[in-house]
Amino acid sequence: MSHRTVIPFGPQHPVLPEPIQLKLVCEGEKIVEVIPNIGYIHRGIEKGGEIKDFQQTLHLIERTCGICSFIHALTYSQGIEDLLKMEVPPRAKYLRVAWSELSRIHSHLLWLGLLADAIGFESLFMQFWKIRESILDLFELTTGQRVIQSACIIGGVRRNIDDQMASKIKTDLQSVKEALDEMLPVLLEDYSLKARTVGAGMLSKEQAMTLGAVGPTARASGVRQDSRSLNYLPYDELGFEPITETAGDSYARALVRTKEIYQSIGIVLKALDAAPRGELSVPVKSWPNGEAIQRVEQPRGEVFYYIKGNGTRNLERLKIRTPTFANIPTLLVMLPGASMADLPVIVLSIDPCISCTER
Amino acid sequence: MSKMLLTIIKNLFSKPATRKYPFEKRDPFKGSRGKITFDQTKCDHCGDCQRLCPAGAIFVEEKAKQITYDPFRCIYCWVCAENCLQKAIKAEEGYKSPDYKKEKIVVKK
Repeated sequence: MSHRTVIPFGPQHPVLPEPIQLKLVCEGEKIVEVIPNIGYIHRGIEKGGEIKDFQQTLHLIERTCGICSFIHALTYSQGIEDLLKMEVPPRAKYLRVAWSELSRIHSHLLWLGLLADAIGFESLFMQFWKIRESILDLFELTTGQRVIQSACIIGGVRRNIDDQMASKIKTDLQSVKEALDEMLPVLLEDYSLKARTVGAGMLSKEQAMTLGAVGPTARASGVRQDSRSLNYLPYDELGFEPITETAGDSYARALVRTKEIYQSIGIVLKALDAAPRGELSVPVKSWPNGEAIQRVEQPRGEVFYYIKGNGTRNLERLKIRTPTFANIPTLLVMLPGASMADLPVIVLSIDPCISCTER
Repeated sequence: MSKMLLTIIKNLFSKPATRKYPFEKRDPFKGSRGKITFDQTKCDHCGDCQRLCPAGAIFVEEKAKQITYDPFRCIYCWVCAENCLQKAIKAEEGYKSPDYKKEKIVVKK
């Protein structure tokens, strides 16, 4: 038996700009065992949610993650609306779909850029982030800010997408699509990228189900699990179908994400056309009492919220389980057997967001 | 890599994607959430803005007729501006310029 060494990967590492530590037990170049360690940037958002007024907590919740900011606010709002038995106006539901899917497009574009960067393809990384920029501009146009949108409120949405904005979104998404058609073959058919990703970080369907993987990580292994099928928003009317791949490697996870970008573009365009005219929000008239859970699909997978109110303006308990928290255990089966050189791509393939995980 | 060649050539002969920032500024979109200012002539010091502010950036003293606003705590959500019954809080589209000192803004009647 060869000599074993423990190599700490992170919490600060040039390859992975996320504060997670992976203790790698290695035999030479080969990884034998992984011990993940989180807790470097714990921010106490759950406790903060119990101290603040439930309406003010919405703005705190949005700051859980800079990328899925809108979807965090959406999940929390839906939970409180459940407790207050409020009916959201139909137009607000369609606008929520549009903003959620725009978040998904920009998150996946960011990830594709990071994947190109992880294998050292920096010009492609810049191209993807250039495309992503136009989505951020659409957010600023429609909600007022690029990152923390604050567009979703309890009872509906804060701003309207008028016809002028809708036509700009349509033309911009069309150019995003054209730019993607040009760039994606470079990423998906490139020899060096295929050499690094095909067969790297294998996760079988059984393993994905046993370890509770969510989102593109699970769907790339053939698990047909997508919370959007739960129809918390009018997704069935917009022709939504979960995208799955069967290979279960890093390349399959990239494929799922690229297909989801095209799917999301289609959903945004349909949602803007299908949105009925009318009210944007209904007023909040009471305080939450009782328990509610919410499952919503974020770009990285399913986010789970547990909200408990006691009839006062402060919540009794707020619990968030984010997709990365569910996906970290999959690294325990993906990494053993891989070489040190494959580590960045495999860790990146689950799209880790430690900012979400530490909440 | 050869597939990228066309894009590289296109980029060489097209305008840069970035802006020369301090000299060339992009206008904010209509409705983009920028800085807020207080109009003391309209304000009745009801304290709604202080109660609603999620970041605790506004402090209203009714007796002294004074508002203390901390722009470094402010998260620019515009909840105060949208809920002010007197329309005394004015929200502007431009960004607040950076400061050297973390100073609070005191508005007196």
